[in-house]
Amino acid sequence: MAKKTALVQGNQACAAGAIYAGCTFFGGYPITPSTEVAEEMSELLPTVGGKFIQMEDEIGAMASVIGASLTGAKALTATSGPGVSLKQELIGYACIAETPCVIINVMRGGPSTGMPTGPGQSDVMQARWGTHGDHAAIALVPESIQEIFTETVRAFNLAEKYRMPVQVLFDEIVGHMRERIVYPEPGELELIDRDPVTVSPEDYKPYDSTKGLVPPLASFGSEYKYHVTGLNKADDGFPTTKASLVDAEERRQIDKVECPEARADIESNEEFMTEDAEVILWAYGSSARSARYAVNELRKEGIKAGLFRPITLWPFPEKRTAELANQAKAIIVPEMNLGQMIHEVERVALGNCAIEGVFRVDGDPLNPGQIIDKVKEVI
Amino acid sequence: MAERYEIRFSGAGGQGLITAGIILAEAAAIIEGKSALQSQSYGPEARGGASKSEVIISDGPIDYPKATIVDACLAMTQEAADKYANGIKKGGLLLLDDDFVKTEPEGDFTIYRLPIMRMAKEDIGREIVANVIALAAVIGMTGVVSKEAGEEAVVRRVPPAFKELNQKAFALGYEKGKALLN
Repeated sequence: MAKKTALVQGNQACAAGAIYAGCTFFGGYPITPSTEVAEEMSELLPTVGGKFIQMEDEIGAMASVIGASLTGAKALTATSGPGVSLKQELIGYACIAETPCVIINVMRGGPSTGMPTGPGQSDVMQARWGTHGDHAAIALVPESIQEIFTETVRAFNLAEKYRMPVQVLFDEIVGHMRERIVYPEPGELELIDRDPVTVSPEDYKPYDSTKGLVPPLASFGSEYKYHVTGLNKADDGFPTTKASLVDAEERRQIDKVECPEARADIESNEEFMTEDAEVILWAYGSSARSARYAVNELRKEGIKAGLFRPITLWPFPEKRTAELANQAKAIIVPEMNLGQMIHEVERVALGNCAIEGVFRVDGDPLNPGQIIDKVKEVI
Repeated sequence: MAERYEIRFSGAGGQGLITAGIILAEAAAIIEGKSALQSQSYGPEARGGASKSEVIISDGPIDYPKATIVDACLAMTQEAADKYANGIKKGGLLLLDDDFVKTEPEGDFTIYRLPIMRMAKEDIGREIVANVIALAAVIGMTGVVSKEAGEEAVVRRVPPAFKELNQKAFALGYEKGKALLN
């Protein structure tokens, strides 16, 4: 039988992906341009026995997601930049308490209220460093309706596997535009659940990392009783100020994402015509679509351009970006902000090639012509 | 068909032009199996203000999601014509509501006029179907999807009780649109 297809918005595809991944809880507070994610979840969750709560505000929404996750649910919230700003305290809490959850950020401009109905990509550094303190971050940046579905599923998988918040960022353009989606069949995409607890309730320690960097998480409210706190804690979950414990825990929570094995598992990139490229367009989300269009146009003129598109933005694709900086004469970074990821590209390129940005923040998407002009200026 | 065909529907918020774009994209992507992408831009107002919806139809993948050079454009109001009837390709077409757009945008394209709102009110009896008349006229003029695919997509979108009303609107718009080219 042919697979089910439909013409849907990115925000609808996101909700469908969440349900496919096994999400059973949504706590949120409506905000343009993400509201359709909440709308869809409010219709879909009751059909799968899940719960939808519109909370009193963004902070409450994030708190509800953490609470639901601790009980064992796969939990989701969706918002936009201003909402993510409000959630930051609790995103940090989810980091240190190691609570799996998925946060969708349908990006508009900013700071503050900005332009609610316009697109932006200015929250990419917020996704890395928005909450205070040292912490790891995973952020995924899909570019199409189909990919929003699959990356939302992957976000849940990574959240469960690494026991931490995962952010999926796309912008108003991809969130609101409609394309055909081909819905994956049940079982077609891998689904990952958090590691089961194998010790008895008496022996359970929620942060016991002797068997791996990601300790298994018991469901709160079950016979497994444990303490959850935002303070630095020992393996039993209770606060500690013992230097060696604090140091080890801080480092472990970053290592679990940034060790080479985890990076290889989490990183995901697409490359288009990079093999012989002299100019690399380093672009993500909807800007990557403009960049791919530009690559095709430039190739028609004999200019060796290629596209590197991170699908996982954090952890940053350091190795491949460094290799491309060695290969190419120039890397161009188009972003719908005034220059954020370009600093990371510069950091790992070590001066091995020219690096230029193409930035836009007026509410219109970066168009291919702007990118083409910059490439011609640089080569 | 050209590799990339771009259509822009514009008018006042609440006139159903985003819906018209969605229906056209469904006709192309779901019924005819082409690549299609629908996008929109609108202000913070729920009603009024100028709104636009763009549809890109292609035989191959669609990268850049917004219009580059518009093949066909519809403007239902003067404000929409002033704001959105631009970037139309040389030899492209612009369809205007005859009653609501007095000042014609200038450019190297052909302007056609139809009293779309009046047709909806007087010929069909419901202003609400103006978007379907406009959509059908554009399909009739451009042939970007077949008449059958367009009508089928309309029927799939509307509640059964309004099926006939919308079919009537579609038939009228398609016929008048096609007649403009003769």
